[in-house]
Amino acid sequence: MVRLTLTGNHCVAYAVKLSKVKVVSAYPITPQTTIVEKISELVDLGDADIKMIRVESEHSALAAVYGAATAGVRAFTATSSHGLLYMHEMVWWVAQARVPLVMAVVTRTIGPPWNIWTDHHDIMDQRDTGWLIMMAENNQEVLDETIKLFKITEDPEVYLPGIVGLDAFILSHTVEPVEIPEQELVDSFLPERRQPYVIKSGEALIMGNVPSDLLTNSRMRWDIHLGLRRAEKVIDRVDMEWGKLTGRRYGGLTECYKCEDADYLFVGIGAWVGDMRLAADRLRAVGMRFGVLKIRYVRPFPYLRVLDSVRGKKGVLVFDRSVSAGSAGPLFLDLVSHMYPHRLNIPIKNVVAGLAGYEVNYEDFFRIGESFVKEVSETGWVSEFLEFYPGR
Amino acid sequence: MPLTIRDLPKEKYVLPGNAACPGCPEAMGLRYVGMALGSKAILVIPAGCTSIIQGLMPGSGLSFPIVNVAFSSADAVASGVAVAKELIAEESVVVVWAGDGATADIGFATLSGAAERNDNIIHICVDNEAYMNTGIQRSSLTPLGAWTTTTWRGKTEPKKNMPLIMISHGVPYVATASVAYPMDFIEKLRKAASIKGFKYIHLHAPCPVGWRFDPSETVEIARLAIETGMWVLMEAENGKIRISPPSKPYIDKNRRKPLKEYLERQGRFRDVSNELIKELEKEVDEYWELLIRLSSQ
Ligand SMILES: Cc1ncc(C[n+]2csc(CCOP(=O)(O)OP(=O)(O)O)c2C)c(N)n1
Ligand code: SF4
Repeated sequence: MVRLTLTGNHCVAYAVKLSKVKVVSAYPITPQTTIVEKISELVDLGDADIKMIRVESEHSALAAVYGAATAGVRAFTATSSHGLLYMHEMVWWVAQARVPLVMAVVTRTIGPPWNIWTDHHDIMDQRDTGWLIMMAENNQEVLDETIKLFKITEDPEVYLPGIVGLDAFILSHTVEPVEIPEQELVDSFLPERRQPYVIKSGEALIMGNVPSDLLTNSRMRWDIHLGLRRAEKVIDRVDMEWGKLTGRRYGGLTECYKCEDADYLFVGIGAWVGDMRLAADRLRAVGMRFGVLKIRYVRPFPYLRVLDSVRGKKGVLVFDRSVSAGSAGPLFLDLVSHMYPHRLNIPIKNVVAGLAGYEVNYEDFFRIGESFVKEVSETGWVSEFLEFYPGR
Repeated sequence: MPLTIRDLPKEKYVLPGNAACPGCPEAMGLRYVGMALGSKAILVIPAGCTSIIQGLMPGSGLSFPIVNVAFSSADAVASGVAVAKELIAEESVVVVWAGDGATADIGFATLSGAAERNDNIIHICVDNEAYMNTGIQRSSLTPLGAWTTTTWRGKTEPKKNMPLIMISHGVPYVATASVAYPMDFIEKLRKAASIKGFKYIHLHAPCPVGWRFDPSETVEIARLAIETGMWVLMEAENGKIRISPPSKPYIDKNRRKPLKEYLERQGRFRDVSNELIKELEKEVDEYWELLIRLSSQ
C-alpha cells in the first residue's frame, strides 16, 4: 500500500491501471480531461499496459470501448456534461447490449451558458438507461469504487455497464491523501473478465438484429430492470469483500451517518454529503438531532434500504443538485414514489440547490435544517414540498 | 493471375431466408464479402438496409459474426473490436458494412476519425445513393437530378466524391467497386485484408426499389454505370491512383456509352431535363479528366 496525495481524476486513472483495463478511449472535456491525460501519461511512461484509442468525439469514445468490450476485453471511458449528452445514444446502446464496462462521469453543468462547475443534470439524465450509477463523496471512494465497479458490472447477476460519478473540481481537481492498494491485492479481488458473450471471428453470432418475437424483446428490456435490482446484493457483497481486504467499507448502496438516533435526516448524493455531515453535527450541538443518509447508488435506486432509514423520522430533507424541470428534484421523486406504496407518510421536503455550481456549504445546510425543524415542529407538516434554495 | 470463379470458396455467408428485396445489391455485395474474407470477417453494421436483410433474431440470414451498432458509430466500434482482437491475438478482419448515409452523412466524422488514426479496419460503403431503409430519402451521395422522397423534383446538388475524400486522408488503401464486377471487388477486398491500417472500398450498388428499375436488372444497371463512365473502378495504394481493368476502356471518352442509356433505364431520372443531362455529362467528363491526370502522376 502506498499513500499519495491525489485529485479525484488521478484516482480514477490509478484505479483504471490497477483494474488492468486493456482499452481506454475518451475525448477531452473539462473537467474530465485530466483523467485521460493521466492515463496517457501512465501508458507513455510504460507504467500501464493499456491501448488508447484517441477518438474524435464522445459518441465515438463510448462506441470504441463498446467495440473493445464486446470483443472480449476490459474497457473504460470518461466524460462530463456535454460529452455525456453527445454520447447519450451509445449510453443506451451499451446497456441494452448487456456489455459490462465502466465510465467515469465528472458531473458538470450543461450549457448555455458555458459553465464548468458541478451540478448533477448530466449524470441524472442517464437514470433510465440501464447503467449502474453511483456518486462518490471523496477521492478515496472514487478510487475504490472504480475498481469495485469492474467486479460488480462483470458479475453474471448484473452484466450491465456502470458509471462512477464525481463532482467537478470539488473532487476532480482537489487533492486528498488516498491509499493506493497493491496490485496483488487488486488482482486477488478482481477476477478475470466475464461477460455474457464475445464477438469472435468464425462464430456466426449476431448482436442486435431485428426481433421476431416482441415478447422476448420485451422480456430482454425488463431484464435490464431486473439486472439492476439483482445488482443491489452484488454491490453490498462487493463492498464487504473490499472492506475485508482494505479495511474500507462504504455501506454498499447507502451509507448512514448518525441515522439511528436521528429525528431528522438530510438525504443527498456526491461531494456535498461531507458538508451535510458537518451541518448535522452542528445541529446536534444545538439540540436538533440530525443524521445524514448518503445514497451511493442512484441506480439501482436502493429504495428498501432508503425506506428503512427514513422510517420513523420526524422529517426528511432531500437535496437535489438538479431538477427534472416542471416536476421536482430526481432524488426526491425517486424517494417519495417509493414511500407512498410502502405507507410511509412523514414530512418530507425537497430543496433544489447548488445548480450551475453555485456553492452550498455546511452553513447553508445548517440554516435550511434549522428552519425545517422549526416548520415541522410548529405545523406538523411542510407547506411547500419543493423549494429552490435562494442562496445567502 | 486473375481470379476465376473456380478459385472461390463454396461456403455460403448469405443464406436463404434473408430479408433482402428481390434484386438487392447489398445482398450481392455481402455474398462477395463472404467469398473474399471467409470466416475471418467480423462485420460491424450501422442502421440501414442490412439491419433488415440479416433477418429476424434469434435466427439470421447471414452467417457472419455481426455487431449491429448505432447509425453514426460504426467505425469507432470497429476500431475498438480491431484493437481488442489484436490484443488477444485473434486473427480477424474487421469490416464496417455501411450505407451511403452511414458513410458520407451521419457517420462521416466517425469514419474520418478512424481513417485519420489509420485504425486497422476495412470500411465498405455500400452505395445505393439514398437512405433506402427509411424509404428512399436523399443523401449526400444521391446524384444530381435524381428523384427521392425528399427531392420530388430531383436533387439539386451533385454527388459528394467520397473516394477522393478518403484518398485525401492519406490512408494506405482506397478502392471503388461495383456489384456487377464481383471478381474485381473480391480481389480488392483480399488486397485490403492483407494491408494493415485503414482501408476504404466504395461499392456501387444499384437498388431496384429506390432507383425504380426491374429487380432482374441490378447487374445490368451497375454495368451501364461503368460503361457510360458514370462510375469508375479504380484503386489507390498509398495514394497512387490506378484505373482498374473493367474501367480502363473508358479512359477513351469515345468508347463510353451515352449517359442517357444509363439514366433512361431508371425511374428516378424520369423527369431529368436535357440541360441537366448535359450537366451530368460534364460532371462525368471532368471527373475522368481529373482521374486521368491524377493516375498519370
Ligand atoms: C441517429 C439515427 N437517425 C436516424 C435513424 C433512422 N435511419 C435508419 S437507417 C437510415 C438510413 C440508412 O441509409 P443508408 O446509410 O444509405 O443505408 P441503406 O438503408 O441505404 O442501406 C436512417 C435515416 C437512425 N437509425 N439513427
Ligand atoms: S431497398 Fe434496395 S438496398 Fe434495400 S434491401 Fe431493398 S433492394 Fe436492397
